Amino acid sequence: MTRRRIVCVSCPVGCEINVDIDQGSIVHLEGNRCPRGEDYARQEAVEPKRVLATSVHVAGGTYPLVSVRTSTPVPLERIPDMMEHIKRLTVSAPVRLGQVLDRELLGTQADLVATRDVPQGSPHPACTPPAPAGSRPHVAAD
Amino acid sequence: MNVDVLVIGGGAAGMAAATAAAQAGARTQLLERSLRLGGVLDQCIHPGFGLHRYNAELTGPEFAHRQREELYASGAQVCLGTEVIGVDARARQVRSVSPQGVHTIAPKALVWAAGARERPLGALQVPGSRPSGVYVAGLAQRMVNIHGLLPGRRAVVLGSGDIGLIMARRLHLEGTEVAAVLELKPFAGGLLRNVVQCLDDFGIPLLLEHTVIALHGRRRLEGVTVAAVDGSGRPRPETQAFIEADTLILSVGLIPETELVPFVERDPGNRGPAVNARMQTDCPWVFAAGNCTVIYDLVDTVAASGAVAGEQAAHFALGRMQGLGPDIRLSRGENVAHMVPTSLSPGVPTRLSLRVPQPLGRARVLLAGREIARRPGLRPSEMLEITISHELIAQLDSCPEAKLEVIPL
Repeated sequence: MTRRRIVCVSCPVGCEINVDIDQGSIVHLEGNRCPRGEDYARQEAVEPKRVLATSVHVAGGTYPLVSVRTSTPVPLERIPDMMEHIKRLTVSAPVRLGQVLDRELLGTQADLVATRDVPQGSPHPACTPPAPAGSRPHVAAD
Repeated sequence: MNVDVLVIGGGAAGMAAATAAAQAGARTQLLERSLRLGGVLDQCIHPGFGLHRYNAELTGPEFAHRQREELYASGAQVCLGTEVIGVDARARQVRSVSPQGVHTIAPKALVWAAGARERPLGALQVPGSRPSGVYVAGLAQRMVNIHGLLPGRRAVVLGSGDIGLIMARRLHLEGTEVAAVLELKPFAGGLLRNVVQCLDDFGIPLLLEHTVIALHGRRRLEGVTVAAVDGSGRPRPETQAFIEADTLILSVGLIPETELVPFVERDPGNRGPAVNARMQTDCPWVFAAGNCTVIYDLVDTVAASGAVAGEQAAHFALGRMQGLGPDIRLSRGENVAHMVPTSLSPGVPTRLSLRVPQPLGRARVLLAGREIARRPGLRPSEMLEITISHELIAQLDSCPEAKLEVIPL
C-alpha cells in the first residue's frame, strides 16, 4: 500500500489530503474539509486534471487577445499540446463572454470558452503597447 | 451633481463600494483613472476567484464582469479616464482630472479604494547593473495577458507570492523558460495550491531561502547571481551561483496606495489607513477598502470590505450612522502581522481579517483574553476570517483597547 499526500487545488484553502492506494484503488482518504476535496483527490490519484486558462488572438477587436478557459478540467499531461493548438487560433471580434471558441479541444470533452467581451473596433488605448524607444524594441520576444 | 458618496478606484473594492452605497440610497459617483473597470482583475485570467462572493470559481475577467453588471444596475455614476490629483481634508473636496478638464467634487463621504502598488527593484538594493528585462510581476502579467507580449525567453522569478507563482506558470505556458522561483523565507509566500498547480505541475524549481544578490548585463539582463541566505536573511557568499536569464520577474510585495490621503492615520503593520469596523478612518468622512487598507489574499474579501465601506459611507453621508459608543482599538499581541479592521465598533458585527507572520500550525485566536477562534494549519499566505458578533463586542464595552493575539497550540 502506498500513501500519497495530495494538496487540493479546488479552492484557496488548499487542504492536504492523505490518500492510501492499494493495487491501484483508493482504500482510504483523509484531510479534506469538503466533498470537493474528495472528488479532487480521487481524480488526482488516477489522472491529474486542471482548468487551463490562457488567451486567444482576436482580429479586429478592441483587445488583441481574449482570455479563455476550458469548460472542464483537462488532463494535465495534455496541456502542452493544447497550448500549441490554442496559440495557433485566431477569432474575429466581436467576442462575447461565455462564447465557445473551440469545441472538444483535442478530442477531450472540454470546450474553449471566452472569459471576457472583446467588442469590434480599433485597439483600446489601454491595450496598445507603448512605442519602443529607439530602433531596438524593449521586449526580448521581438 | 451633488454627490453623497464618492468612490476612488474602479477595482474590486471600489466597484463593490459604489454598488453598496448606491443600493443604500446614496447618490454615488465612482472615479477610475483607466478606461476600464475591474482593476487588476482584468489581467488575472486564471481561475480561483469568486468562491465566496458568487459561489463559483471564476477567472478575474469573469469576476469583474459580474461586479460591473451589479454596479451598473445599482445606479451609481461611473467616470472612467478620471484621475484624482488631490484630496483636501479640511474643505472635504476632491480634485480630479479627465479629458474634459479639472473637476472639484465635494462629497459628503469618500471611499478610498485605490489599491496597491508593487514593490519595485529600487526597494531591494540589489547590486549590479541596471539592464532592461527586469519587471514587476503585475507588469509582466499585463504584457502577457493584455498586450500579448512575452517579456523574455528565460526568466527567474524573485518572490513566491501568488502573483509570482501565477506568472511563473503563465510564462512557462507561453514559452518562456522559467529557470527558478526564489524565496527569501523558508516557506512559500503564496497559497499552497498555487505552489502545486503553478510550479509542481510544470516542474519549475522553488528555491526557498534564496535570493538574487547581483544583476548582470549591459543593455539587456544576461543573468543573475543567486545565493542561499542564513536564518536572518543574509546571503551566504559561499553558496552563490550564476543563473542565465534575460528576464527577472519581481514578486516581492505590494504596498497600499495612500499617497493622496496622507492626513488619515496609518496602521504601521498594515501600511494602509487604520479603519474601524465600518472601514472608516480617523477622518470621519473618509472610508477605505480593499488593498489600499491591507494586502488581502482573496478578491472576495476585497469586495466584501468594499461593500462594508460603501454601505457605511452611505449611512454617514445620509446622516443615518448609528453607533453604540466609541470604537475599541485593537492592539497587536503575538503573531498578528496584518489585521483589518484595526478597531471594533460597538453595534457593528465585524468580519476580522488577520494574517500571521509565519506558519504556526494549529492555533487559537484571543481577543482581550477570550478565545474567538481555533484553527488548524495557519499560514501567512492565508488570512483568517473571523466573525465577531456584536454581543462579544458589547462584552468588551468600556475598554478603550483590546489585545488580539494568536497562540499556537
